[in-house]
Amino acid sequence: MAVVLTRIYIPPKGLPPTEIAEKIKGRFPEEVVEVIEFRDQVSVIVKRGRVLEICRYLHDDPDLSFDHLQDLCGADYHGKKEPRFEVVYNLYSIKYRHKIRIRTQVPESDPSIQSVTSIWTGANWHERECYDMFGIVFKGHPDLRRILLPEDWEGHPLRKDYPLKGPELDKDWKGFVEVVNRSKELKEFEWKG
Amino acid sequence: MLIDTSTGLIQVEEDTKILPPNVIITTLDKIINWGRLSSIWPTTFGLACCAIEMMAVGASHYDFDRFGIIFRGSPRQADCMIVAGTVTKKMAPVVRRVYDQIPEPRYVVAMGSCACTGGVFRTYNTVQGCDTFLPVDVYVPGCPPRPETLLEGMMKLQEKIRKEQARWSPWR
Repeated sequence: MAVVLTRIYIPPKGLPPTEIAEKIKGRFPEEVVEVIEFRDQVSVIVKRGRVLEICRYLHDDPDLSFDHLQDLCGADYHGKKEPRFEVVYNLYSIKYRHKIRIRTQVPESDPSIQSVTSIWTGANWHERECYDMFGIVFKGHPDLRRILLPEDWEGHPLRKDYPLKGPELDKDWKGFVEVVNRSKELKEFEWKG
Repeated sequence: MLIDTSTGLIQVEEDTKILPPNVIITTLDKIINWGRLSSIWPTTFGLACCAIEMMAVGASHYDFDRFGIIFRGSPRQADCMIVAGTVTKKMAPVVRRVYDQIPEPRYVVAMGSCACTGGVFRTYNTVQGCDTFLPVDVYVPGCPPRPETLLEGMMKLQEKIRKEQARWSPWR
């Protein structure tokens, strides 16, 4: 009878999120605006100026080792909060299995922030989506184009002041208007039974 | 049916007579429409979750093939387009191009709530019904429609083809 021995991987113990937040606060006291705890999830709200340094620190520090960017998204607090936009980084460490959320404030007057593609390559498409939907420009991004909408689309639809039902037909995306007009022209050739 | 071979033409149904033993007389409309409705070949084209349901109808359990409905890989070899799923504005020119490549006679079946009306997606990027830029023959509601519903829709299309008059004619 063969005996199969399997080795179960027990990850090294991670840090609780409040401690991670304290570490960030200790390292960048000027940058951290607020630490919010809600249902065991900790968000660190930071200023946008040195976000690249903060992310580099979170990625490289041997006790934190956030090697996985779970998600990067934008948020619009139009009429609720100033500054208006936020870019949210959900970070996870595969080594330690702990996570933290970084929220970066971005003002409406200059919606731009540094790109983190140099740290996590996977941020590339997330940043493109964020640019597509919120119009936030990521400085240093290798290929900042729209990812979902047509390239000549006007406006950024996830902004709260964008009309939900979209623009009227005459102000709509010109590719769609073209198709509708062409179908009207070709109507006379259709079979009328 | 017993056929008396001693008499001449026998009417078996409206517009169709037979001369025993093996001559059938009918109208051109009737025979061409019969041929068309018995071999509707839709182009393989799916947009969203309705396409999964469409594939289920094409597969062996529900079996489109028994109505002569065989999916074709190219619109140029097809007679029919089943618009299965949500049509976004970015996709609309592509859908129209696929339709434009289908040779006459051609038919469009809007499958599902999204293709019929836009469904729940009253948003900036969804076309509110593919009839805004396509001439739709049959609307099949449902989210997604049951396979039986799509079969019923195709049978409605067959009924529509059966009633056509002189669509084969160059002077139509």
